[in-house]
Amino acid sequence: MKYAMVIDTLKCVGCSDCVVACQTENNVPIGYCRDWITESVNGSYPHVELELKSERCNHCDNAPCVRCCPTGASHVAEGGIVLVTEDECIGCGACIESCPYDARFQHPDGYVDKCTFCAHRLKEGQLPACVSVCPTKCMYFGDLDDPTSKVSHLLQSRKFKVLAPEAGTKPNVYYLI
Amino acid sequence: MQEEIFISGRNIPKIDPYLEIWHFPISLYLFLGGMAAGIIFFASLFTILKREKDVQTAIKPAMIIVLFALSIGLLALFYDLTHKLYVWRLYTTVRVESPMSWGAWVLLLITIGSFLWVFSYFSELFPKWDLKIKWLKQLEQYLIKNRRNLAMILLPLSLILGIYTGILLSAFNARPLWNNAILGPLFLVSGLSTGAACIILFSKDHFERKLFSKIDLALIFIELALIVHMIMGMYAGSAVQLEALDILIGGEYTVMFFVFVIILGLIFPAILEGIELLGYKVPVAIPAILILMGGLIFRMVMIEAGQLTRYLY
Repeated sequence: MKYAMVIDTLKCVGCSDCVVACQTENNVPIGYCRDWITESVNGSYPHVELELKSERCNHCDNAPCVRCCPTGASHVAEGGIVLVTEDECIGCGACIESCPYDARFQHPDGYVDKCTFCAHRLKEGQLPACVSVCPTKCMYFGDLDDPTSKVSHLLQSRKFKVLAPEAGTKPNVYYLI
Repeated sequence: MQEEIFISGRNIPKIDPYLEIWHFPISLYLFLGGMAAGIIFFASLFTILKREKDVQTAIKPAMIIVLFALSIGLLALFYDLTHKLYVWRLYTTVRVESPMSWGAWVLLLITIGSFLWVFSYFSELFPKWDLKIKWLKQLEQYLIKNRRNLAMILLPLSLILGIYTGILLSAFNARPLWNNAILGPLFLVSGLSTGAACIILFSKDHFERKLFSKIDLALIFIELALIVHMIMGMYAGSAVQLEALDILIGGEYTVMFFVFVIILGLIFPAILEGIELLGYKVPVAIPAILILMGGLIFRMVMIEAGQLTRYLY
């Protein structure tokens, strides 16, 4: 099993519903986010393009945060999800420094926090909170090892990109373009 | 022409606009760790070479400074942790892939080794202080007999500690300024140089000062060469590395880097030490203090500037 998220940038309107859903579901402290929206405008007038993206931890195959963690608190769980065990984390910040997506932060309680792909919801057969609330249904979540899954199908049939591929992390959040 | 007009960034108040995870205590630790590694290296090396008589400061008083440096460094590291009560987790795992993990183990071993080293000189350092407990006396005798063996262990450990302070940073490919292989050797040489400077500062023996001035001068030239190497390597690097280099050359940290690290921390003390070696009288504390200050500022610049560099946004 290899979980992945596919986000259709052509359908995303940047409403931030995913951000709010995550904060509510995971009790994210005020001033922090596990996911966020970026907006970029490219081109020269009159040929300009707007791209909106919902970003988060990329649950990389080659996760630098897992590699550099001195205690093993950052680890790869079932389905390739990168998680942090709170009572193994010493709060050294090495994983935060190592993430090219700056997806991690120090929780006010001291440990390092980040997107978990809502692993607790997946166990109950539910989708991650951000995916389940998206009003334009631009986010897809599933198993890349299953060739019949929606995410596999989308990546076979559509053009896509990942963030900072040059960092060599092999991310698992894909953006349809 | 394709040009990027606007990127919103992320606007997460507690994380953006840039990382501020590692602060001054980390720079201080990297400096003290490097300096301690330098002193331990010289003390062990001259003991193995059976030249203890030539370097009395390096093997005795300077090793007491090492104990303080390592202790303060460890406290600084501990202070910068945010989940402090779980610090013991560092010593329930060995993770070879993580520089911080093996660095923590080396730091523990070298701290114990340094305490044993100083204890082996206890009677010489504190002649009026009688060790009344029998087993402590036995331990001291045992350590005196095995001092050379201890030096054999501490020598490689000091090199690992010195190089680790750089590899800790260079292992993060997400921070392009840190992500170059030369940083390990550079921090090692800088650590050896600050260690030598510390010995010069506290030595009262003319021969020992001259010996370490010569060593330090050579190390400064190697360090300058490695810095040139680092800059050249980054100029030949990818877009993110070029962008990172802009911070050091023609950016926010240019003055700090060139004036305080390169000129006042390396070139000027090298000139002073050169003049001294030619036979002119130069107050020995000036180049030594400049080198120590330069070493600390170098680590502060690298830590702070490195955290400004990133891949996205």
